[in-house]
Amino acid sequence: MSAVAEAPLSRTEAPGRAPRSARTLSRRERWQRRGPLLPALVFTLILTQIPFVLTIWYSLQRWNLLSGGRKGFNRGSNFVDAFNDPIFWRSAVNTVLIAGVASVASIVIGLLLAMALNSTFPGRGIARTLAITPFFAMPVAVTLFWRSAMFDPTFGLFGFISRSVGLPSVAWLSDYPLVALIILLTWRFAPFALLIMLAGLQSVPQDQVEAAEVDGAGVLLRFRYILLPHLRPFIELAALLLAMNLIQTFGEIALLTAGGPAYGTTNITYYIYLRAFSAFDFGSASALGVVSLVLTIALVLPALRLLSGIFQAEGRR
Amino acid sequence: MHFPDPRGSNGSRRLPAAAAVAALAVASLVACSTDDTSTSGSGGAGGGITINVALAANPQMKTAESLISDFESKNPGIKVKFTTLPENDLRPTVTKDVATNGGQFDVVMIGSYEVPIWAERGWIIDQTGYVAEDAAWDKADLNQPIIDILSKDGKQYAAPFYGSSSFLFYRSDLAKKAGVTISQTPTWDEVAAAAAKMDDKANGVSGICLRGLPGWGQNLAAITTVINTFGGSWFDGNWNPQLTSPATVQAVQFYVDLLRQHGQPDAAKDGWEGCLQAMSQGKTAMWYDDTVFAGSVLGSATPEVKQNLAFTMAPTGPAGLASGWLWSWGLGITASSKHPDAAWKFISWATSKDYIKLAGAEAGWDSIPPGSRKSTYEIPEYQESAKSYADLTLESISKANPKQTTVGPVPYQGVQYVQIPEFVDIGDYVSQQIAGAISGGMTVQEAMEKSQAYTTDVMKKAGYLK
Repeated sequence: MSAVAEAPLSRTEAPGRAPRSARTLSRRERWQRRGPLLPALVFTLILTQIPFVLTIWYSLQRWNLLSGGRKGFNRGSNFVDAFNDPIFWRSAVNTVLIAGVASVASIVIGLLLAMALNSTFPGRGIARTLAITPFFAMPVAVTLFWRSAMFDPTFGLFGFISRSVGLPSVAWLSDYPLVALIILLTWRFAPFALLIMLAGLQSVPQDQVEAAEVDGAGVLLRFRYILLPHLRPFIELAALLLAMNLIQTFGEIALLTAGGPAYGTTNITYYIYLRAFSAFDFGSASALGVVSLVLTIALVLPALRLLSGIFQAEGRR
Repeated sequence: MHFPDPRGSNGSRRLPAAAAVAALAVASLVACSTDDTSTSGSGGAGGGITINVALAANPQMKTAESLISDFESKNPGIKVKFTTLPENDLRPTVTKDVATNGGQFDVVMIGSYEVPIWAERGWIIDQTGYVAEDAAWDKADLNQPIIDILSKDGKQYAAPFYGSSSFLFYRSDLAKKAGVTISQTPTWDEVAAAAAKMDDKANGVSGICLRGLPGWGQNLAAITTVINTFGGSWFDGNWNPQLTSPATVQAVQFYVDLLRQHGQPDAAKDGWEGCLQAMSQGKTAMWYDDTVFAGSVLGSATPEVKQNLAFTMAPTGPAGLASGWLWSWGLGITASSKHPDAAWKFISWATSKDYIKLAGAEAGWDSIPPGSRKSTYEIPEYQESAKSYADLTLESISKANPKQTTVGPVPYQGVQYVQIPEFVDIGDYVSQQIAGAISGGMTVQEAMEKSQAYTTDVMKKAGYLK
């Protein structure tokens, strides 16, 4: 009670605000709700925003760990270098290609698989489990497996198949490194799309499908006018989540091709890794990070706006 | 009573939040400080010292980790905590730690490329004093070229855990079948001709396996030794890049042609790991790589390969220079270590004659750290176990001269690398371009012109060139 008695003296502005409508929460109630979240919020801020500010700080400096103590501001020349760096632009194009093609391929394959698994047939449980397994296997183990047991012309399955039908085996990782990488990523992420698509398919209104059937609509028409509109938010969600995952691809590149040949499979993530942890040029690596963040935000904002529509499904239809 | 209430309790509600923030801050401080004591060890009341050792996750290092109880029983009061990381992760981890004076490690395992650079930065300490006092460690027993690359200005900054050079692995049965003889000191022309004859595409056996994977420590190591022995170099005496000089281009062209015509298929993806697999599974007739892999191949090879695996010196080119490379994994004491004396005791143990004997007896003679000491090659069991390659390893190491690796005078040291901090950056770029040529995406001339332009740019920015 003593605290209550003292309080009006120190907080003179309060009476003006005191009249509140019954619907809004009082400050106390609001803090009661927010309070428990505060440690998590502070923790998140420490872990994300401080490194972010530091990255901007570093990006303005000449700072190469190995070449000694000549650390200092260099008037944004890291950014000039980044814009003039052909490998950076090449890796940006690679990033878009990898994320774009693998997302689309994953969704298409995921949708086809989902439609197959949505119908009833004996052994469906086993088929479902097998279909989603690639997504749960460890990426490093998967990549090493693909590298030596699938793509390798001498030891791999692809080489074995093409040899047994009398064709020369393809040097996947030398001749088509980007295609090989996208195949691997699609294999890994299609099950993820499958899970989302399956959820979508299971909520398809059966009455509409039956009505369309009665009206004589064939499989294609039903797909085009009932399934696809219903699945649209699911496809959008899958596209966004896949793109977010695939933009960050790193382990697969490091282990499959080391970014090569001639930076043919280097994406922005891997290039920044090379600048920062192979060349130890933290200044230019930070600048590349900032530039790619700006580019990513520019690309992702429209996608996020699209996604926000998903949560107001009624408004969209 | 109506309106004071929210404000009054607001004041008291704010407290838990502030307390939470404070608690968090304290918690993170505590985390930092416990981290500190556990990593740098404390010689406090318990009397025990813990030293932290960062190692590469290679088979020889894993053996050392498994035998540590021998060290701890000989040195009561010193506990050793290992951080074992794959080679690619070890470098960034320890570099960050020492460059920022993090104090996480007392002993770090670093390659011979880093030792002089780190010594110059003052990140690792001079071991000369410890070496002089430690008679049992017997410096005279070490291979001189290995000590040279772990020293700067005549002072030793790291103790060699193992040392290696490069030589040629080949299958004597396949050579006999193809009707070729490979001399003990072959030339690259001889090797290329033998590769053409032994190349057996129908049975999936390539003539030779060479590193194609981009990376300054991958394809570029092998290619640089070829450049040296073809009379080329990375730079001239005034740091002008020489990547488009006729001898350098000829060497790279030779390497790329040999690999594309008679090398393993899909070569741009193979580093030493891929070639090790190809050699031990009988999928290649020859392989040019590190001497340390001789034991590994023999350990994992099919019986047919094991019986017929033979070795010769690294092939030479038109300039006739001995071309084997020189590498060593050394143990250095960080400048931030609080227990340098205990750190040296550990290093002395892990690089001693006794340790090599212990590792041989406990873990097998194929998995001892080779190349560092002359006495290793006088151990009867090792001579017996490694008779096909032991002498050749020693000879390859002693013939390599890191101080004079090229025909002309150059301002740098290092056989398969250039001993300057900028080399990693340059090397990664050049190795990517050459991998492009190996995969057929561009010509060698194009790759080398791009490399020359990039290298010139880096050298200008770093102040070597005006």
